[in-house]
Amino acid sequence: MGRFLDLGLFIIASGLLLLGSIWGLWIAPPEAMMGDVYRIMFVHVPSAWAALMAYTTCLVASVIYLFSGKSGADHVAAASAEVGLVFNALLLITGSLWGRPTWGVWWTWDPRLTTAAIMFFAYAGYLALRGAIDDDRRRSTWCAVVGIIIYADIPIVWFSVKMWNSLHQLQSSPKTMDPAMVTPLRIGAFAFLFAFLWLVRRRVVALRLRAQNDILMMNEGDPR
Amino acid sequence: MNFLRSGWATLQKDMRIEWRGRARAQGALCFATLVLLLFSFAAGPDAVTLGRHAPGYVWLAILLTSTLSLSESMRVEMDDRALEGLRLLPVDMRGFFLGKLVSNALFLCCIALILFPMSFALFEVKPTLGFARLAGVVLSGSMAISAPGTIYATMATQLKARDILFPMLLFPVLVPALVASVKATSLVLFGDPMHEFGGWMSVLVIFAFVYSILGIVLFERIVEE
Repeated sequence: MGRFLDLGLFIIASGLLLLGSIWGLWIAPPEAMMGDVYRIMFVHVPSAWAALMAYTTCLVASVIYLFSGKSGADHVAAASAEVGLVFNALLLITGSLWGRPTWGVWWTWDPRLTTAAIMFFAYAGYLALRGAIDDDRRRSTWCAVVGIIIYADIPIVWFSVKMWNSLHQLQSSPKTMDPAMVTPLRIGAFAFLFAFLWLVRRRVVALRLRAQNDILMMNEGDPR
Repeated sequence: MNFLRSGWATLQKDMRIEWRGRARAQGALCFATLVLLLFSFAAGPDAVTLGRHAPGYVWLAILLTSTLSLSESMRVEMDDRALEGLRLLPVDMRGFFLGKLVSNALFLCCIALILFPMSFALFEVKPTLGFARLAGVVLSGSMAISAPGTIYATMATQLKARDILFPMLLFPVLVPALVASVKATSLVLFGDPMHEFGGWMSVLVIFAFVYSILGIVLFERIVEE
């Protein structure tokens, strides 16, 4: 059952990514001011949504772990933080690539950019902490606490940096966009959603197997 | 009641340790002063540039010093398994966290109390909005640094890679506190024609409040493990 679900998620994510890429690169019209540069939005915006979804999943799983103590919740928190970090990196790279021809700079201290960069380093610290603790229970509890602490920072970082400086364009909505651009963006969003689900599932399975392996090793008296 | 009593006892204990030892305070103060001087060397001798960036230099010196003082403050609790001993007694761990948080914040306030007059002399700045507002920024900023700092220091001091992990965990979370402290201090030093001071103080107070509450709620789970 699990294998079919994995395969299904993988096929849907790949199919949607392919469809979104074709639509975004060849069917969607060029933007009036930015020309073809805007097409990076079809990857950039979904990666921002996917990263935020991953971090929210990490928060929810952390809270569930602190209440229930179930290792499954800890595995989901770890997996979503890892996947979130990948999407976050993609967000920063595509944002920088788009910023150069549009704003004339690779980097600017805009609230959304800065918040994304800070979140990247905060979750990198979270994963470093995971790797630094040997005891399973301690690792799960401490990382659940850190998962909550970091997430609580997101709105404060965004608000404070917004007060500090702002250059980012106002957020577009389907009403302000050409319908031909909305469709590939929606396809991209669903593609990233399924990619997120597939990646998290694969990582959760891997973490569960590692935990089971550790228990077996311990029972066999392996010095590792 | 036990919550406040535990907090007060922890605060008194920490103050007594500081007063009797004094080595930690002297070391931290030397470090903070050195950082302040190093920033001046890095920026060059131009008095205008140095004066304009003085709030940033002072708060970065306080932030860097906090990594030393916070870990040292929790290290004394790990020596001879003192924290484990405390857990065997009817000590409210939430109160213990509150006491630690206040003592750490007071320690940073003392550092700021030396650094600010030094910066007035070194960078030729003065608080145009008055000392009371500057004291408010220092107190809120120290609480904002200490709240998540105390939580992370409790974890980091028990790890092998503590020296790398502690700043790696702490610095990204502290960005709003740093931005708000520097901006509020700049307004106190150079004037506030747009009436922004209240907004920045609100960010600082909200930050300190959110993390103090999170610490009080979650601290017991950290020391349980």
